[in-house]
Amino acid sequence: MNDPAMSVALQNRLWRAVADGDEYAAVDVLSKALSEGLDEEALLLDVIAPVQERVGAEWAADRLTVAQEHAATAINERAVAALAHRAPDGARRSAVRGRVTVACIDGEWHAFPARLVAETLRLRGWQVDYLGAQTPTQHLIAHLHRTNPDAVLLSSSIPTHLPTAHSAITACQAIGTPVMAGGRAFGPDGRYARALGADRWAGDARQAAAALEEGFARPTPAALRQAVDDLPHLADQEYTMVVQSRVQLVRQALADLEDRFPAMRSYTSEQLERTAEDLAHIVEFLATALYVDDTELFTSFLIWTADILEARHVPARSLLAGLDILAGQIRDFPRALALIREGTAALGGRPARPVPGSETPA
Amino acid sequence: MPPLVTASRSSSTRARSADDTVGSSWADAPCPVLVVDRYGTLVQLNDAARLLLPEAVSGNRLHETAPSWLSDAHRKIAGGPGEAPATPLSGSINERIVLAHPTAAAGGDVVWWLVDDTDRHVAEEAVRSAQTRSQILTEASSTLLSTLNVPRCMEVAASMAAQHLAEAAVLVAPAQGRRHPLTYAPRGGPVVQVSRQIDTHSVPGLPEALQGFPPVPARWIDPSVLPDWAIPEGFTGPVGSVIVTPLPGHGVPAGALILLRSSTEQAFTEGEEVFARLFAARAGAALSAARLYTEQATITATLMNELLPPPLQRVHGVQYAGSYRAAKDHERVGGDFYDVHPGSDPSRETLVVLGDVAGKGLDAAVLTGKIRNTLHALLPLADDHQRVLDLLNGALLNSRHTRFATLVLASVRRRAGRAQLRLTSAGHLPPLIVRADGRVEEVPSRGTLIGALPIVTAHTVETALDQGDTCLLYTDGITEARGGPLGDELFGEQRLRRVLAECGGLPAEAVVERVQMVAAQWLGTGRHDDMAVVAISAPRTGGLSVVDGRRGTGRKDG
Repeated sequence: MNDPAMSVALQNRLWRAVADGDEYAAVDVLSKALSEGLDEEALLLDVIAPVQERVGAEWAADRLTVAQEHAATAINERAVAALAHRAPDGARRSAVRGRVTVACIDGEWHAFPARLVAETLRLRGWQVDYLGAQTPTQHLIAHLHRTNPDAVLLSSSIPTHLPTAHSAITACQAIGTPVMAGGRAFGPDGRYARALGADRWAGDARQAAAALEEGFARPTPAALRQAVDDLPHLADQEYTMVVQSRVQLVRQALADLEDRFPAMRSYTSEQLERTAEDLAHIVEFLATALYVDDTELFTSFLIWTADILEARHVPARSLLAGLDILAGQIRDFPRALALIREGTAALGGRPARPVPGSETPA
Repeated sequence: MPPLVTASRSSSTRARSADDTVGSSWADAPCPVLVVDRYGTLVQLNDAARLLLPEAVSGNRLHETAPSWLSDAHRKIAGGPGEAPATPLSGSINERIVLAHPTAAAGGDVVWWLVDDTDRHVAEEAVRSAQTRSQILTEASSTLLSTLNVPRCMEVAASMAAQHLAEAAVLVAPAQGRRHPLTYAPRGGPVVQVSRQIDTHSVPGLPEALQGFPPVPARWIDPSVLPDWAIPEGFTGPVGSVIVTPLPGHGVPAGALILLRSSTEQAFTEGEEVFARLFAARAGAALSAARLYTEQATITATLMNELLPPPLQRVHGVQYAGSYRAAKDHERVGGDFYDVHPGSDPSRETLVVLGDVAGKGLDAAVLTGKIRNTLHALLPLADDHQRVLDLLNGALLNSRHTRFATLVLASVRRRAGRAQLRLTSAGHLPPLIVRADGRVEEVPSRGTLIGALPIVTAHTVETALDQGDTCLLYTDGITEARGGPLGDELFGEQRLRRVLAECGGLPAEAVVERVQMVAAQWLGTGRHDDMAVVAISAPRTGGLSVVDGRRGTGRKDG
């Protein structure tokens, strides 16, 4: 049973409950939908998942505070838990397919997408070990040795975790466990999953389930490899150098910004910290783009950040100034310089958006 | 290169006789020499050639005497315009491998110089097979050692054995209870793992192999007596030969491998038996490593379970949430701890404890276990925080541990829609309360730490949480997190307060997650101490339990 109109109506009702922080109303919406015959998978993927996506979008548009976003996510999490703990229907819940592990990359806090995948696979008859948010790779590998699953599904939302994801992927494969990667971090078409040598990529929970049902072979020990085998450009050391000098880059950029904009000297320490954080993010994404050697990773981050800033009445030109200053510091790194050039061009090519309200600096 | 036969023109003045054309010394040559005329008739042969071709006499037709590879080659050369082959011809004659070098003689005769090449061939064959075997062993080692999971390791060992050593392999693991885990691997087929009660004596040599005794040679095992359980499903035809070889472990037998070949295949040679033993040694080492790891991991998990922070949930209309991050992320335990001891009924106080033992890692974790157990035993006295701290202090002073600890005790009871709190800090950071409207207050409880001095002084503060308020207990791992965009700044209490100010009215889990997440982002990839956080919240809308997905009966106690 999968009626789009019904899904949309339910989404709206669930959204209102979640936005109000009303856990009981949220669970009511779901219980009622179930009693009306909607199946659990549709509820998870066609109602709860879009609502969670909307939570993120509303935050980006500055219509939810960060804290409200956490609260809404917590309520959605509990709604999923409530579904998972419903009186088990023995036949359906017994794991008949195989065993899989679902985990988030170390450092990744956004566990909700992984949780949805885990619950979907359970509904489809898999025995799922769900390890949750930020699973240290060492812990993950110990778990794989203990349980010997048919596959491990690694989730990540933020692209800056890609280098960590890479080492997790190769570590899992080195012990003979095939890896499926999923989540926003791996790019809209999973291109970074392929670049990092994952055995499969899944765009959503249904694709993940379908790929598992199809089955895939275990990697052979001959597949044993190191980062630079997958990504030969790492040999130029630009990624390593940028990561190592991250802190100096941010400090120097902050000092240069102050020289350029004397008004910054009157910033509160909190405002300065926000600016430093923005610079740190730019450097982090720059490093990640160097790691996977992909311009779009960097430009799409810049455009996204500009949108976020403007939604909060901060002009995006501060980003351009930041890029300009960074370019002056990394003159010796041709790949990094090219990325910054492309980033600057992408920001310049954005459709200008009116910034409502006063122009408060970051 | 000119046709071979033309070369003879240079000696055309000589009489047509083999002796004349090639000299007489050829008859004494150590290698077999045949002189054959252009029509393929054997003109002469030397003694060495007679040894190689005992049937041959002069006047024989070459193709009736020698193998076809030689007579065909002769026809090509002698029939002109044949050219000398680029590489010497090679072939077998009566189980010897020979290289055949033709030279031209007068009148179109060809002299075949045959050089015995058998030894080189045997040596090359041996090198090739040694290379293949070492390749197989290398592959076996890396595949086997890649996993520390016992069933997976057995699967890999059996399927590699079936692929490289025999047509099918059965791996018999040491009995677990009365059953033996059995792994069946037919070549190219799926591996099947079962646990079965078997009579090991039904396979000759198996009991010895399972004990790690020397192997029984293959020729001593009569394939016809093999019991059905020892033959994998899908193994076609009668069993022709069998090897049983032990899998030697590190001091412990790791099992035995039964290798099977059907009667249509070649029986195991002595060399193959030796190779099977080499393979088995690697499989045994990998299996016992996996077994040791599994045992250790099980022991660790059992002990660790006692030390892991408990999952928290709603108790008597109050929300509790906790989160723990150990200093070494993979260790999962450390010197911070928390517990929630629910009151026996909603009218009784629930005791919340959060603390920090000096040091980190396993040693500190062991002491947290001791403190948690002691506090559990002191629960009946929890009405009096000072007394609990005095007794705990005495217990710590008298223990062999020299470490001290700081902690916060919070007794919580829901009354008239509010959560009543009694908070006592023993040398610990004062708890923070965020009100529903975002105001952040510090609870002014002060006291001395535990386990250092004979006398503990502590001061209990009473306060209350309205709906939407949250009280946060935390350890210094949060405020002393070092990092931030500039690399080495302390997270500090001010930042924690700022984070909390955004958390008014949030559910306890969301507050805990927010605090841990912001602190983690502050740290980046930097090193950190143990970080523990517990949130106590008075929920905004009644005290319902939604764990089972229905409106619970809890609303009354709200």
